[in-house]
Amino acid sequence: MTKYIDQGKQDTRSGYGAGMTELGRTNPNVVSLCADLVGSLKIDTFIKENPERFFQVGIAEANMMGIAAGLTIGGKIPFASTFANFATGRVYDQIRQSIAYSDKNVKICASHSGLTLGEDGATHQILEDIGLMKMLPGMTVINPCDYNQTKSATIAIAEHHGPVYLRFGRPKVANFTPVDQKFEIGKALMLNKGTDVTILATGHLVWQSLLAAESLENQGISAEVINIHTIKPLDDKAILDSVKKTGCVVTAEEHNYLGGLGESVARVLATHHPTPQEFVATQDTFGESGTPEQLMEKYGLNNKAIEEAVLKVLKRK
Amino acid sequence: MPNTQELQDLVIQVRRDILRMVHKVNSGHPGGSLGCTEFFVALYNEIMDLKDGFDMDGIGEDLFFLSNGHISPVFYSVLARKGYFPIEELNTFRLIDSRLQGHPTTHERLPGVRVASGSLGQGMSVAIGAALAKKLNGDDHLVFSLHGDGELQEGQNWEAIMYAAGNKVDNLIATVDRNGQQIDGGTEDVLPIGDVAEKFKVFGWDVLEIENGNDLEQVIAGLNEAKSRTGKGKPVCIVMKTEMGNGVDFMMHTHAWHGKAPSDEQLATALEQNPETLGDY
Repeated sequence: MTKYIDQGKQDTRSGYGAGMTELGRTNPNVVSLCADLVGSLKIDTFIKENPERFFQVGIAEANMMGIAAGLTIGGKIPFASTFANFATGRVYDQIRQSIAYSDKNVKICASHSGLTLGEDGATHQILEDIGLMKMLPGMTVINPCDYNQTKSATIAIAEHHGPVYLRFGRPKVANFTPVDQKFEIGKALMLNKGTDVTILATGHLVWQSLLAAESLENQGISAEVINIHTIKPLDDKAILDSVKKTGCVVTAEEHNYLGGLGESVARVLATHHPTPQEFVATQDTFGESGTPEQLMEKYGLNNKAIEEAVLKVLKRK
Repeated sequence: MPNTQELQDLVIQVRRDILRMVHKVNSGHPGGSLGCTEFFVALYNEIMDLKDGFDMDGIGEDLFFLSNGHISPVFYSVLARKGYFPIEELNTFRLIDSRLQGHPTTHERLPGVRVASGSLGQGMSVAIGAALAKKLNGDDHLVFSLHGDGELQEGQNWEAIMYAAGNKVDNLIATVDRNGQQIDGGTEDVLPIGDVAEKFKVFGWDVLEIENGNDLEQVIAGLNEAKSRTGKGKPVCIVMKTEMGNGVDFMMHTHAWHGKAPSDEQLATALEQNPETLGDY
């Protein structure tokens, strides 16, 4: 099994902040917007170094999305940032009409996605955002797995013309992506080659999948682990190539099983290569208060849940 | 620059275009379109500094955003007659495979349109963003926007109104079409909007009023006055009183023609009241 070293736990939102710092220094067209959550989004350095390119909109996310759309008219590349809940569901129609349908080059950057926001509870824990965003025609949806990948994804989306939803989170998690790895939108990353089962994971669940694969290896099960950092456009070929070899698949995501990565994978498989699949995801429920670890345990989103799903899907081959 | 008579002729011709467009497809919004005809004609032919041709970024020219997108007929007619696209294309309004969608969009790449609108209340935020981009680019041109009065019931407007004043977006001129009507009736009956000018003022805008937005000279004077007030630390609002359905007697003084097309007979009557000036498409 390929070994991955945790270079030290960090939050993915800090990866976003680091990416913004770099973009501030390298791309004069990049501008940043935030709705009263500067500290949470870790963009203090960008603001300090580029005060004229930062727009504090206050607690007014609808206005933020519209202003971001307008800033593109004149060649700016706006990165509009807030919590995932307020960056998607709260402003769906603004994103739909003023950004997606209007083909605007806006980057919607969403922190505190999923359950791992923790103690604030379900009002702030969105588990539907991937679904909301992937349904919009023309929207690219990216959910990187760790600090390094979030930083490189932030930098990469500035070079991509078109609306992007970039999803990341709050807790400090393992940081194992090579620091110099270039982020390629839509290109799945093979993390561990295997022959018995394919694990397709996104976001925080990628590291959990690696832990699960290690444990499975000790049980004599060879798991192929692929990081699906881009949910749309989905890397159909990488998925099909792997599944044709292994014959079964587990998808893993910090999101509702309705509308998430799992359903996108199921569509590809049903169309091209029907295959047994198990879904590690929340089961059409809201979250609740708790520590990230407690919540991931209770809602079945950790390495143990992935391992169980693998054992289950193997029996269906 | 065209003289007043030429602009008046264009107003009449645009009214004919609006009526014929909505009649042909038996759908669309003639009332608000007719009420804003003088505004659009003045804006595009007298007020705005425009480059030849169209590019999305619009650097080095004034920009316009239509927030109440349902009055697309007047927007399309004025854009076509300004040369943004062939006048004959007005024939395709609301038809399948057309660039002239029911509400304006950029998706079909219609020259002159920079954002989709129709879902109400979003245009002012977009106009603010474009105005901020102009400031970043060192472009001293202006951004104009138009909003329905009923549209002010959408909360996003007030986020935008607060932002523009608080951040001194003083290269923006937002006009509110105060026709007092919306789909379900008078604005003050559906949900009272009250004193629009006073509301913008207390939010920190510089406000002026156009008493008769269907008087071309008043509209031009008001827009010029608004231009003179830009660059002074405050966004500028024009509260423009108009008559929905203006220029067609049976469409005036009612909200009934908000989103309804005339019959064959009604069209004939309406066109008689607005004899051809520059040639129908």
